[in-house]
Amino acid sequence: MTRELTCIICPRGCALKIELEDGKILSVSGNSCPRGEQYAKDECCNPQRTVTSTVRCEAGRMVSVKTDRPIPKDKMFDCMERINAATAKLPVHIGDVILEDVFGSRVVATGNAE
Amino acid sequence: MTELVIIGGGPAGMSAAVAAYESGVRDILILERDKKLGGILQQCIHNGFGLHKFGEELTGPEYAWKYEQKVRELEIPVKLNTMVLDITEDKVITATNEEEGIFQIQAKAIILAMGCRERSKGALNIPGSRPAGIYSAGTAQKYVNMMGYLPGKEVVILGSGDIGLIMARRMTLEGAKVHAVCELMPYSGGLIRNIEQCLNDFHIPLKLSHTVTQIHGKERLEGVTISQVDEKRRPIPGTEEYIPCDTLLLSVGLIPENELSKSAGVQMDRITGGAVVDQNRQTSVDGIFACGNVLHVHDLVDYVSEEAEIAGKSAAEYIFKKNTEKEAVRIPITTDGKIRYTVPEVITEKKDISVFFRVADVYRNVEICVYNDKNEKVFSRKKLKAAPGEMENIPLKAAAFENAQSLRFELEVK
Ligand SMILES: Cc1cc2nc3c(=O)[nH]c(=O)nc-3n(C[C@H](O)[C@H](O)[C@H](O)COP(=O)(O)OP(=O)(O)OC[C@H]3O[C@@H](n4cnc5c(N)ncnc54)[C@H](O)[C@@H]3O)c2cc1C
Ligand code: SF4
Repeated sequence: MTRELTCIICPRGCALKIELEDGKILSVSGNSCPRGEQYAKDECCNPQRTVTSTVRCEAGRMVSVKTDRPIPKDKMFDCMERINAATAKLPVHIGDVILEDVFGSRVVATGNAE
Repeated sequence: MTELVIIGGGPAGMSAAVAAYESGVRDILILERDKKLGGILQQCIHNGFGLHKFGEELTGPEYAWKYEQKVRELEIPVKLNTMVLDITEDKVITATNEEEGIFQIQAKAIILAMGCRERSKGALNIPGSRPAGIYSAGTAQKYVNMMGYLPGKEVVILGSGDIGLIMARRMTLEGAKVHAVCELMPYSGGLIRNIEQCLNDFHIPLKLSHTVTQIHGKERLEGVTISQVDEKRRPIPGTEEYIPCDTLLLSVGLIPENELSKSAGVQMDRITGGAVVDQNRQTSVDGIFACGNVLHVHDLVDYVSEEAEIAGKSAAEYIFKKNTEKEAVRIPITTDGKIRYTVPEVITEKKDISVFFRVADVYRNVEICVYNDKNEKVFSRKKLKAAPGEMENIPLKAAAFENAQSLRFELEVK
């Protein structure tokens, strides 16, 4: 079986071709760098995405956040639920951990709020 | 007299300031109308910034913060909440803020870094009333990301520019249903990776060669009619489809914000909507430079920073009068239409440079060729694909235009 994917690791967006047999990857082509090959493998076996969103702070302000590593793709909406239920204590600085252990990642602040 | 005044504190303004400082200028002032530095990046909370420049994937606010920290470290003065109202050809800047009222500054050099704004009017050439619920994608982005307010639940997006694609994912994650992204052209204006991760991941249909032909609802938007269009972009009767929705987002492109550049008497380019500049990003007015989205719309902020560094360094050279020692040349660059424009548009110095450009359509198996006025090919590069959504960039060695009076950029399609 052949699977075609677009690599989303960088803006180049290479068109990847993956040869599969019984769920095993035989070869990856079309990538311009090794990161593309890794992406193809992950995407076939365990697709993952980084989630970016905002968290409400005290006093109604918003601060931007992200998962500090990609989480399983099918957990994106569950992750959003956790983020939307959270409230961050002011002040918030870039890199502050807002939530621990969200599907193997931590939700960290990407902005500052005084 | 201030040596260097930078208008706009987005990534372009900040990088330019840092580069000028590193080139020896100490008397710098950044004027920013917002209450914070960072420009449009503050609301771009998604990741995908900085891969090229920092080798890591950052969100917009994180990328901006890297530069803001540098500006703070170097103690470069910044006036926030300060709106620049006018610039003259003699480099007198008129600005206003609450504490100082209206005031003027005489600058030795100016860097224009005002960014761009969203196109909106043209796209709304749609019959029907103008009910509430129609926003530009950037405005919706500001509501959701900065104010925590979701403008609607049932969404249609017109235009497949990156902001529209990013907002399709953002609103979906926040619980809205995005019914479709309609694109007038037969191809998307956004990056392929955004089509993949913002639309395909969520099964949001991208309807190419489609447009909104009717808006329904009186007070509040109730739905839109979309239609397929033919090669001349005219709606095809019989293809109408009604989609109920409470929100329509317009993502139909950006235009450089150049009212100030015009008041300074800077020569403008019809195609980019920005100033005509040389390889140093100097405009037609001596000592006035431009960089970032105010010059031409960039899709990658990394290139904005690079361009701003050129402008910052060149402004320093101008201030220290280094460029008067150099041999004056003037080599205009023309294009064939398939290549829509180049930045720079004119070369005034014999040194290695980079030339940025965009193409007019999606072309496959192309060769980018540069000819001099004697019709000699001085550069060529083959590419599998060139698309309007992706800015191209080629290096030109000084030797390539050694004896040229002019250069011509052509895209040969195999
Ligand atoms: C929604 C969106 C998504 C994007 N996604 C990506 C991405 O995924 N990856 C990527 O690399 N790039 C992305 N970009 C592109 C990148 O963010 C921009 O190219 C970059 O931010 C442009 O920087 P700039 O400094 O030229 O303009 P801006 O960031 O717009 O900054 C201009 C500044 O000038 C100020 N200003 C304007 N007029 C005046 C005045 N009269 N007086 C005082 N101040 C003034 C403004 O307030 C603003 O702060 C995206 C852009 C947008 C809009
Ligand atoms: S394969 Fe490499 S170059 Fe191509 S899109 Fe992926 S990361 Fe970018």
